[in-house]
Amino acid sequence: MSENGIGAAVRRKEDHRFITGGGRYTDDINRPNQVYAYVVRSPLAHARITGIDASEALSRDDVIAVLTGADMAAEVVGGLPCGWGVCNKDGSPMAEPAHPPLATDTVRYVGDQVAVVIATSRAAARDAAELVDVDYDELPAVTDLASAGADGAPQIWEEAPANVCFDWEIGDSAAVDEAFSKATQTASLDVVNNRLIPNAMEPRAAIGDYDRGKDEYTLFTTSQNPHVIRLLMGANVLGIPEHKLRVIAPDVGGGFGSKIFHYAEEAIVTWASKRLGRPVKWTADRSESFVSDAHGRDHISHAEIAMNDDGEFLGLRVRTTANLGAYLSTFAPSVPTYLYATLLAGNYKTPAVYCEVKAMFTNTVPVDAYRGAGRPEASYLLERLVDKAAKVAGLTPIEIRRRNFVPNDGFPYQTPVALEYDSGDYFAVLDKALEISDYDNFAARKKASANKGLLRGRGLSTYIEACGIAPSNVAGALGARAGLYESGTVRVNPTGSVTVLTGSHSHGQGHETTFAQLVHEALGVDIDAIEVVHGDTGKIPFGMGTYGSRSLAVGGMALVAALDKIKAKARKIAAHLLEASEDDVEFENGELRIAGTDRAVTFGDVALAAYVPHNYPLDVLEPGLEETAFYDPKNFTFPAGCHICEVEVDPDTGVVNVDRFCAADDFGRIINPMIVEGQVHGGVTQGIGQALFEECVYDNESGQLLSGSMMDYCLPKADNVPNFDVATNVTLCQHNALGVKGCGEAGAIGAPPAVINAVVDALSEYGVEDIAIPATPQRVWQAIQSASR
Amino acid sequence: MPSTVSFTLNGEPVSAEVSSRTLLVDMIREQLGRTGTHVGCDTSQCGACVIHVDGVSVKSCTMLALQADGADVVTIEGVARNGELHPMQAAFREHHGLQCGFCTPGMIMSALDLLQTNPDPSEGEVREWLEGNLCRCTGYQNIVKAVLSAAATMRG
Ligand code: FES
Ligand code: FES
Repeated sequence: MSENGIGAAVRRKEDHRFITGGGRYTDDINRPNQVYAYVVRSPLAHARITGIDASEALSRDDVIAVLTGADMAAEVVGGLPCGWGVCNKDGSPMAEPAHPPLATDTVRYVGDQVAVVIATSRAAARDAAELVDVDYDELPAVTDLASAGADGAPQIWEEAPANVCFDWEIGDSAAVDEAFSKATQTASLDVVNNRLIPNAMEPRAAIGDYDRGKDEYTLFTTSQNPHVIRLLMGANVLGIPEHKLRVIAPDVGGGFGSKIFHYAEEAIVTWASKRLGRPVKWTADRSESFVSDAHGRDHISHAEIAMNDDGEFLGLRVRTTANLGAYLSTFAPSVPTYLYATLLAGNYKTPAVYCEVKAMFTNTVPVDAYRGAGRPEASYLLERLVDKAAKVAGLTPIEIRRRNFVPNDGFPYQTPVALEYDSGDYFAVLDKALEISDYDNFAARKKASANKGLLRGRGLSTYIEACGIAPSNVAGALGARAGLYESGTVRVNPTGSVTVLTGSHSHGQGHETTFAQLVHEALGVDIDAIEVVHGDTGKIPFGMGTYGSRSLAVGGMALVAALDKIKAKARKIAAHLLEASEDDVEFENGELRIAGTDRAVTFGDVALAAYVPHNYPLDVLEPGLEETAFYDPKNFTFPAGCHICEVEVDPDTGVVNVDRFCAADDFGRIINPMIVEGQVHGGVTQGIGQALFEECVYDNESGQLLSGSMMDYCLPKADNVPNFDVATNVTLCQHNALGVKGCGEAGAIGAPPAVINAVVDALSEYGVEDIAIPATPQRVWQAIQSASR
Repeated sequence: MPSTVSFTLNGEPVSAEVSSRTLLVDMIREQLGRTGTHVGCDTSQCGACVIHVDGVSVKSCTMLALQADGADVVTIEGVARNGELHPMQAAFREHHGLQCGFCTPGMIMSALDLLQTNPDPSEGEVREWLEGNLCRCTGYQNIVKAVLSAAATMRG
């Protein structure tokens, strides 16, 4: 392994700008003559707009315009599009209501966009927004799933009777019924997956900048996928052809899914910039982020598992209701369906699985993908259920899992819910986790905790996820309205340095380093002479962006394909320079050598010859050394792992402290172990956040968001989490040449069930069998109190 | 009523016209063009905006520009000297204490202040000190590692 190649913990190339204050995030950018937008948002969860009086705001000298949904409707082509269609059980399409960027006649959640004030400063725009007088006729609202489906519930959309967006199913329900009829024991679980608010540390921002001279638009935006925004906004909302629209996502301060989607503000500033002839900038306050960034999770499920006498799983039946919020966000329908129910087989060889999902509209912020997107919901449900099943079957949590794992010789494994797992060794990651968690000495630690008056519990989860999204034809058959390949360009410059253009986007993942390692490995070019460019539709041919742990498995593979083309051309050029046959030229360590001789040229010589083709096979080869490849993955990738958590619970206060957390994961081949560990740390912390701290709460009466600031929504802090023990066990992905699987979401998927299983274990001496998530001190304390009574 | 505020920013005299309600962070970012200091919240929770005023760390979103008149202000841009990274900056890179980088300036400024008063903190003390700095990416482990390592380097 070279010092900077595949497998090396190369320190990140991008860090220098971030540690010196030189990062360039959207809000750091200012355009000449720029003005500022502030969005007037609905204070009500559901109301008809009966009038908007902006005269007082407009009377201020510093206010340039107040624009409303009526202004926008007169000029724009359409509403914010949904990029994934899902069908009902009977094959009919889901309800797909219009989503205007600015509401026209009705608001449907607290935070819905009503108007935009444009002024000469941010403060002026905010002040003037207070002066915009909107008249509302309040309508009854509903925010929670149980009420949304109740008889007589307020109706949010005419086209969605009983607030149902779709009623979908997957799997063979007859086979599952039969499994239950044969079962000798069963376990069941009612489970809520708590609604979360992503809270990337950088609030969203957007700047629209229209160039009248060229009739061109530039949008700077906090996005994980600028090309997708260009496509959706250009084609669906504003009717701008792609060659006239450039979308730049510069440094982006975290995304976790929340910056995938096309948001109203992007379209508003782009449209307003043309209308006003000035660049228009909008930056969210954090309070605005809470009511305008897409939320995550929010499921209620009932699950049952059928077993034989030996605790082998025969069938799994799941019924889920999922909250989609008031409108369909960009990828919302895919999350509680194809990214969720297809993962319910888990790591197990359960022969029959059936799941039905009813997706509901409510008067809440739209819900879409948040780190893990569907897979944490699946893994939480399944791993809680498996622990319950273990109790019923009289097996340990480890034994029941081992009995049901897909065996190592069972790959490729076709699950009953559409996926085909290509590789894995679930026994090995479990063993590794047991080893690093010092599993066998738990009793001594439990005793030590007891001596301090604390209850110690431990929990484990084994998870699988589908990443590397996705083979385009499969995704298309499942309802995706886009392809999910990736592009990569390798531009070898005349002096031998390399510029990489990737359609993936880094907002913390470290692509500028990992991708440079791939280039260094392939071409032997010094890592400092490799520049990775991303996030600009004006520079990069095309791209589908970063989400679903896809960057390396799809974007990295596009790069590998482009590198292969570069290598092939370089060998041709070298063969000419060396007067040898192409077949005899070997490419190794930055040198192209006639095999078995000491006659060689450097890669730099080849690059120079390609651009100064004085001695060059011009009759058969074009000059230049730049190649682009598009890569469409052959399958999903299937990272898997085992997480083990130990908690201490204070029975007097209900406070849960995560004392130890071990993660053993199989991410396939690892390019940069330092970056991979960092991804696990971050993912696990978000998972612990979901399990213990984070909860989006609406008041169901008023429809107000109660957890609407960082004071009310509890994010994990430095002293809420321990140091994590992280290990990997590699089985290679079988269908991409790198053998990589992806690591970005695993922590958020594996951690919540491990933590809650640990809390339940700690409380088991009180007879507690279940606890709602997040296991806040209040809930834990109440569980103990009601049990002791 | 606009008034003029003058102070030393990273060793250089600066001044700007501000209104009585202008926050120090907005003056630094918008008027003085130093965008290394970030704004991550509006409730003084996140710590992305931490800078040093007269040698101590403050949340610059929670201080009026007017209050900084005559002060010695240091932001992340002023931490490296003569092109040399400060040991704290170097440690954040070495130990992968950052991912998206948004919280990083505030983390570094906050950690530097800790080491002024406690040059040899324990892991728990670092974690407790950094309670007012949120990071959504790293899970804190490598930030804590970086701060402990920088402390060791700085003690020599
Ligand atoms: S911006 Fe969040 S604490 Fe200052
Ligand atoms: S590195 Fe992204 S918030 Fe800390």
